[in-house]
Amino acid sequence: MISKNTWVQIHKIVLKPEERPATLPEETRKVPLELWVKGYLLTEANLGDEVSVRTITGRLECGTLVQINPCYLHTYGAFVPEILKIDLIVKDALYRSENHD
Amino acid sequence: MIDSSSYQAILDRKNTIMRQSVGIDYDQYKTGLIAFDYEKMMEDTGYTLAEVAKIQKNSGVGNTPLKELKNITALARKVSAPGKGARIFIKDEALNDSGSFKARRASISCYHAKKSGYAGVIAATSGNYGAAVASQAAKYGLKCIVVQECFDSRGIGQPEIIEKARACEAYGAEVVQLSVGPELFYTFLRLLEETGYFNASLYTPYSVLGIETLGAEIIDDTLKETGRIPDMVVITNAGGGNLTGTARGILQKTNQKIQIVGASVNLKGLHMAKDTDFNRKSFTTGHTGFGIPFIINPDRSDVPRSAARPLRYIDRYCSVNQGQVFFVTEMLTVLEGIERGPAGNTSLAAAFSLAQELNQDQIIVVQETEYTSAGKHHQAQLAFARENGIDIHFGDPRTEMPGQSIVLPQKVQDLFTQELPLDPIRQSYIKNACGSHLRIGSIDLKYLCDETHLKYADVQTILDHLDVIVEDKE
Repeated sequence: MISKNTWVQIHKIVLKPEERPATLPEETRKVPLELWVKGYLLTEANLGDEVSVRTITGRLECGTLVQINPCYLHTYGAFVPEILKIDLIVKDALYRSENHD
Repeated sequence: MIDSSSYQAILDRKNTIMRQSVGIDYDQYKTGLIAFDYEKMMEDTGYTLAEVAKIQKNSGVGNTPLKELKNITALARKVSAPGKGARIFIKDEALNDSGSFKARRASISCYHAKKSGYAGVIAATSGNYGAAVASQAAKYGLKCIVVQECFDSRGIGQPEIIEKARACEAYGAEVVQLSVGPELFYTFLRLLEETGYFNASLYTPYSVLGIETLGAEIIDDTLKETGRIPDMVVITNAGGGNLTGTARGILQKTNQKIQIVGASVNLKGLHMAKDTDFNRKSFTTGHTGFGIPFIINPDRSDVPRSAARPLRYIDRYCSVNQGQVFFVTEMLTVLEGIERGPAGNTSLAAAFSLAQELNQDQIIVVQETEYTSAGKHHQAQLAFARENGIDIHFGDPRTEMPGQSIVLPQKVQDLFTQELPLDPIRQSYIKNACGSHLRIGSIDLKYLCDETHLKYADVQTILDHLDVIVEDKE
């Protein structure tokens, strides 16, 4: 059980596919419009429960509890060797005639 | 009974919500069937350039350094015709609090929101503007909500947008993240109505006024550094506010002709509202997917009358490919020792080619950079593109297919800009502005001339083609 006042992330459906405008591209219209927001859990709950949270601005939002103490895991990604080659191209073009390494 | 929070019910209340959240009655500026008094709308904000500069000085914004890119200039000269290769300068806007020129736009919106008694601000943005609003809101003790389009239907977020969410939350904002779709506007309106906060839209007069200082500083800084004014200023163009504000600031400092060039990343073929295209692009703003629709129809923005009207000021519009922007971002890092985010280098990528058209004694100013971080870095964004099946290779950048490939130039000579001719854009603008009106007034004709920077006769010719008649001609 996750205790009250834990910092969590919730998820909810804002618009079901059938509620979305007909003008949208097919790929977008066949999926729902989804929303994620973070806040303090108002009552104790389990992951996957429908819960209410108070966001950092003090708003109340409800949705499915999806993450506890949500964190940032974005990185610089897998190494892209082409970037090193760019270095060689531009340095060679600039310094070639100057016998620069 | 109709649900008062339904999609349609909220959109039906759009005008009321907008009026309350921006504090501007846009109807009062209407002067004709299609015309409105743009300058009056800008003046009525009550902030002069000097006041804007003072507000920004007090809030960690502006007076960023203008840096000469001597090695990049030398490299451009290596591949230019003899005597060609203008001096390239860059305005290092990444050094504003929150890391981009967007702090200028946020500063006046937040100052005004505080002065007008709003408890908080809301902005709909997946870009640097979110961090800018959050940072400025923190300074004024305002609450802040940022609404982002962030994830595709697989729940995969653009690394650049995830980083911006982190930055917004670091500055104390609430971040509402959505999956792909233009109905973000519905959530945005609901939040404005629920909270009564100020709409810190990118398209209000406050937002554009905030950028005018950037144009003014470019003139002052260039004069100070070189004793002359720039010949060309290159500006990344998306919603048009950056170009509009910079050009307006320049015009307040000098009446000498400076070529105003817009630059956007070429994302031709990718649909901005398509779930499956969302993560096939490496640029979330500064691209043609915003640049073209907004220049043709500025009022498609989130306020009734956008203060960003680039066609009034632009002299030339170019696109560059994604691979070129990544290439130039790395060039800036290793040749100049300045590591910045890729999106902010769109105009630099264009400037590298454009400098080769100008003489060596001429000056070209690139008017922005942006901060870089995990997710928001060419290494991260190329890695993400590769994970999403984009073919990254060296070759002729003209063969790049947005959404399928990113082509890095094999040699420096291969960097190029694609001209986006302004005449068809102006024609599309006029067609769109007239809408269903087959008869317009002389005030509308004058307005179309101001909007497109065209002469009466030229606008008249376009109107003739559209079978639109101008009545009550003077």
